[in-house]
Amino acid sequence: MTDISSIDFTPLRGYREVQAISRPSLSYWQDAWIRLKANKRALASLYIVMALAFFTLFGPTICTGIWCFDPALQDLDQVSKPPGTSRAALIVDDYQPWAGDRFVIDEGLRLGEPATTQAVRLQWNALPGANGHRVYRNIFPVGPELAYGIPLAEFFDNDTLFFEDRLDLRPGRYYYSVVPLGVRGELLQGYQMIEVEVLRVTTLREALERGLVEESADVKVGDQINLAWHPLGTDYLGRDMLARLMAGARVSLFIGVGAPFLFILFGVVFGSMAGFIGGRTDQLMMRFADFVVALPFLLFMILFKIAFGVGPGESGVFPMLVALVVLMWPATARLVRGQILQIREQGYISASQLLGAKTNYLILRHMIPNTLGVVLVTITFAIPNAIFIEAFLSFIGMGVAPPTPSWGSMSNEGIKTMLTTPHELIFPSLFISITVLALNLLGDGLRDALDAKMRNTE
Amino acid sequence: MWIYVLKRLLQGIVTVWFIATATFFAMHNVPGDPLLNDRAVSEAIRINLEAKYGLDQPIGTQYLIYLGNLVQGDFGISFTQENREVNDIIREHFPISAILGVLAVVFAAAGGILFGALTAIYRNRLPDYIIMLLVILGISVPSFVIAALSQLTLVTLNSAVGATILPVAGWGTILHMLVPALVLGLGTMAYLTRLMRSSMLEVVNSDFVRTAKAKGVPPARIFTKHQLRNAILPVITVLGPSIAAITTGGFVVELVFAIPGLGRYFVQAVQQLDYTVIMGTTVFYGAFLVFMVILVDLLYGFIDPRVKLEK
Repeated sequence: MTDISSIDFTPLRGYREVQAISRPSLSYWQDAWIRLKANKRALASLYIVMALAFFTLFGPTICTGIWCFDPALQDLDQVSKPPGTSRAALIVDDYQPWAGDRFVIDEGLRLGEPATTQAVRLQWNALPGANGHRVYRNIFPVGPELAYGIPLAEFFDNDTLFFEDRLDLRPGRYYYSVVPLGVRGELLQGYQMIEVEVLRVTTLREALERGLVEESADVKVGDQINLAWHPLGTDYLGRDMLARLMAGARVSLFIGVGAPFLFILFGVVFGSMAGFIGGRTDQLMMRFADFVVALPFLLFMILFKIAFGVGPGESGVFPMLVALVVLMWPATARLVRGQILQIREQGYISASQLLGAKTNYLILRHMIPNTLGVVLVTITFAIPNAIFIEAFLSFIGMGVAPPTPSWGSMSNEGIKTMLTTPHELIFPSLFISITVLALNLLGDGLRDALDAKMRNTE
Repeated sequence: MWIYVLKRLLQGIVTVWFIATATFFAMHNVPGDPLLNDRAVSEAIRINLEAKYGLDQPIGTQYLIYLGNLVQGDFGISFTQENREVNDIIREHFPISAILGVLAVVFAAAGGILFGALTAIYRNRLPDYIIMLLVILGISVPSFVIAALSQLTLVTLNSAVGATILPVAGWGTILHMLVPALVLGLGTMAYLTRLMRSSMLEVVNSDFVRTAKAKGVPPARIFTKHQLRNAILPVITVLGPSIAAITTGGFVVELVFAIPGLGRYFVQAVQQLDYTVIMGTTVFYGAFLVFMVILVDLLYGFIDPRVKLEK
């Protein structure tokens, strides 16, 4: 060996740390958040979900000059009104009884006075060969098949030759027909028809009562005013759609968010207990879960409602919640048990045990945080499912009943008038669809971000 | 093997018994008295009913009578429809629901497998995007909305042509069944497509497919014999629960399309508090679903030899 002294060595210049950490260390959740942010679809869905939460929580507090939240108020001047249509109304005098103008000689069926939503006044001359007349109203002209429409009135003599229609008049076009009656009251040939354009009117008194015009304003008969504004139109009882959608969101999302949280909580506790204790207890607990899975869950949901004493036609929000919780937990329990069983065998658990960790510490510090990702994904998929179930039950009339609005019950009401006023069906079902869509996409995104195993297969 | 089948059947019977028991006690908790209806029941009928169901006896005895009747297949007589046995109602209306359900399952399975396989093969290309967009829509839109919209489409279509191409509602011919079955199966089809896609993606790049390609097996044969057959297994597993979903989803479709199936009768019975019909149909549906799931599980064992049923 030769002598080596310090002069033989020259220190390296520009010393580089070989084992430097090139990127900052990220926790599981930070990493997941970065991945989620990179996923445009999931991020957009997250914004939609946040907007929905805002809509539900703060929508009902809105009350400004132009629009006030009141899901129960009926605006009978604007029934089943699609959004964006004219809301102008003419101010007329208060209603006065009318007994026809007997002595005016004219020909055929005619209007006694201009037709308004207050009243349509008809007058006619006795039809040839008639022993009386029957008045009909339709929204289509009478065709060759002689579909006259709804019968409004019958007169068994030729003395009364006028009729005043005040039945549920809406602005729009109506076809009135008068049909001659025979001796025994049978319909004869030779009807007369008139096309009537009905104008929307309101009285000064009503306008003042509803606050459509101010007391001080100088409004008189013959002026045109604007009726109340309904951004999304009104339903078949003249209630504001937007207000009802906001109120319905509270019911739908209460079930949709409340039930999944509760049953997932229960499932997590049940599953982690079974997984952690293991052995016979685990077997027994899982058999019980299998058993609950086998129960036909929709039928039981309906039975729960009956058993809670909520009759048909009554709103059963609470029984619906309980039924969802009681019947839906096993899926989560299974999942969590599987996770726990997997985690229990991991090296870091053994390491922690070697270092003297107690059971409580193991559960709180290792088991639960490691299953949290899976549980979060389950929640995002369970929420749309619960919303669907609420809508389905309300749709078949077993869930939320009128007058309480929910998106499902609103769709149920809207489907009846689907052909004439589709907006009553479209808006609630659009809200259901968008919510479910956003939550599904968010769930997909969360799964990709949180669950490394699922990520790799896709 | 047979021991396993027996065990599953026994398990199924216990589940059905539990359903029957739960139904019985749930119906007992319903407020009100079926014999004190708006339509007064005559004294003679009341005594007959009390004798038949032991209504004047303690609840334990009533329960035993109920179970006895059930074992003999007697579901009782409807409370609201005169002179109609629940058995008759089930016999008349269940076949309609069953036909609709079978058609829907066929639609769902065929469509799900086909579309799922297509999306996997055309992964990240146009067919994949189009089908997956439709799948997301199918999952997000409630079935009653799809039912209503398809009815609306049929109405416009029929009036545009001036003849009834496909009937809008009702029941009778095969034409009546097509659209309701399609609507009923759509949600499940979307779900199965997703499942099939992910399981097909796993298979597409697997070793045995590569080996087959290397051997020079024609692509069509690889697709049918190697890829489809292996990817189809998870789809079959969920077919059992899917049948359950389709059967309960049938309630809505039957209501919207005015189909005289059992689901509509069940909903009607619940709304009218027709005790015997509710109990009868619940137990019947429950038993049907439970044994359907068992049947599918057993079939799975035959299709996939790797699954050992004895465990």
